[in-house]
Amino acid sequence: MDAVKRYFRSPAAVVGLLLLLVVIAMAITASWLYPRDPLALAGRPLIWPFSNPRFLLGTDNSGRDIAAQIFYGARISLLIGGVATLIAVVIGVLIGAFAGFYGGKVDTILMRITEAFQTLPNFVLLLVLVAVFGSTITTVTIAVGIVSWPAPARLTRAEFMSLRSREFVQAGRTLGMKDIQLILGEILPNALPPVIVYASVVMALSILLESALAFLRLSDPNVASWGNLIGLGRDVLRVQWYVSAIPGIAILLTVLSVSLVGQGLNDALNPRLKSR
Amino acid sequence: MRILSLAGRRLAASIPTLFLILIGVFLLLQFAPGDTVDAMMAQMGGGDAATARELRKFYGLDLSIPMQLGNYLWRLIRLDLGFSSIYGKPVATVIIERLPPTILLMTASLSFAFFFGLLLGVIAARGVNKWPDTLISTLGLVFYATPSFWFGLMAIVVFSIYLQWLPAGGFEDIGAVQSGFGRTIDIAQHLILPTLTLGLIFLAIYLRIMRASMLEVLNLDFVRTARAKGLDETRVVAKHVLRNALLPMVTLIGLQAGTMLGGSVVVESVFSLPGLGRLAYESVVQRDLNTLLGIVFVSALLVILVNFLVDLLYARLDPRIQAEG
Repeated sequence: MDAVKRYFRSPAAVVGLLLLLVVIAMAITASWLYPRDPLALAGRPLIWPFSNPRFLLGTDNSGRDIAAQIFYGARISLLIGGVATLIAVVIGVLIGAFAGFYGGKVDTILMRITEAFQTLPNFVLLLVLVAVFGSTITTVTIAVGIVSWPAPARLTRAEFMSLRSREFVQAGRTLGMKDIQLILGEILPNALPPVIVYASVVMALSILLESALAFLRLSDPNVASWGNLIGLGRDVLRVQWYVSAIPGIAILLTVLSVSLVGQGLNDALNPRLKSR
Repeated sequence: MRILSLAGRRLAASIPTLFLILIGVFLLLQFAPGDTVDAMMAQMGGGDAATARELRKFYGLDLSIPMQLGNYLWRLIRLDLGFSSIYGKPVATVIIERLPPTILLMTASLSFAFFFGLLLGVIAARGVNKWPDTLISTLGLVFYATPSFWFGLMAIVVFSIYLQWLPAGGFEDIGAVQSGFGRTIDIAQHLILPTLTLGLIFLAIYLRIMRASMLEVLNLDFVRTARAKGLDETRVVAKHVLRNALLPMVTLIGLQAGTMLGGSVVVESVFSLPGLGRLAYESVVQRDLNTLLGIVFVSALLVILVNFLVDLLYARLDPRIQAEG
């Protein structure tokens, strides 16, 4: 309860939470406010924002409603960001847990693999994965998750290394618990809070990665994604710059909200570090 | 000498990592639909199955996958990255041609992000929780959340289309044949917007780390000693705090080298710079897998090289490392 109170004492964290709630509300209400397919032609192309009450945010190069694409885009960004983060955290926690718990050879091998993933620029690996497995929304989400796991793995490993020789683990061992019970049942719950806080960073980066991929037209073209729209708007940047500008602001605010919530959680859960 | 051997040992330790990456990506690319020969046949406008079989035999693509992998690694040791059927040149040549813009861009962005991150971080930490700090920290958060490609596009709208101060893309003015100084100025003008675009997110990270690191060092005993012996604030910060607060920043350069290289893929596409990042993008679109694998190799090599340089720099900044080595 203290943590909740501490969270709401920080104005930045509250603003972040409100922003995030707005984005989530957009994602939920998208099909209710805009029952038609957001990628269907809706009117004349390139109507400026606020000039036609039917299209509040105007239309893009081919006459699709930008506002509808922004609402549906919230869905895609949250979905890809959320699922990719989940994948990255699950892989990262598993690898980090085994490396940190066992140490020695297991640790060396797993850390070598982690190092390999960190040495290869993650966007280049993302390009390779998309080149090999194609760019449907499923493959892109999994690919973003696969390139993002090393940081959570390192964090989990560090936590496990500091926890594995504590008394409660030794007590568990004396009781005859198996390694897997110790890892999942005893150490993991204690190691998880910082990893969950860090997940907000992973989510922010995942949303940015996917939007960059979509901007390069290497993500799924059949979904209304903010990055896709920015890439389309590039063709008419000279005059109708708003086609690119609007979805960019949506990405910025979403990523900002996720980071602010993450930082707020961090400060609320580690009050001693707050003075930084 | 000791620093060099220490950094050298770390360099040697990264060779297995490099091989791990190459083997992994090589095996991954075996799942890719279509191979080099398919790409070549498409380029030639089709052909019969017999030609395809012959070509596969010529490029050693009819061998088993482990044999192909062995061949590839053996050629790699002799620095032969294979042949790009799209560009009609050896992959190594294609990559070397594309390397200078990327290295220039990365160096410029890194310097920009490092210098201004340091400056803003110090200003924020000096007046912690006052308005400059709040302003700088907020800016840092916003920059961190800004998609680089979007910032690049908006910068083009403002500075190239409306104000017409800077070129919207390209590496240099092809129309004007220039040499020496004029060409340098021209390239510099073309690189201003890409540098800002790529550097933005790193500026945000550096200023945040610098601020935190300054705050931590300012509380240490030796700073109190320095103040107690009557040094003024400027000298305390410049001579005593800065050098120590810089260490996490330097570590970060090594950690972020890969991210920066990845970021240049997007930035080079926005500003149509003929660099390595754009080559990576083109080779994905054109299914030029040989080139893609070559880029994987070179970018991993670059990251390892940057980390080697960071090790050397780190040892210079922190003499304790030498003592332990």
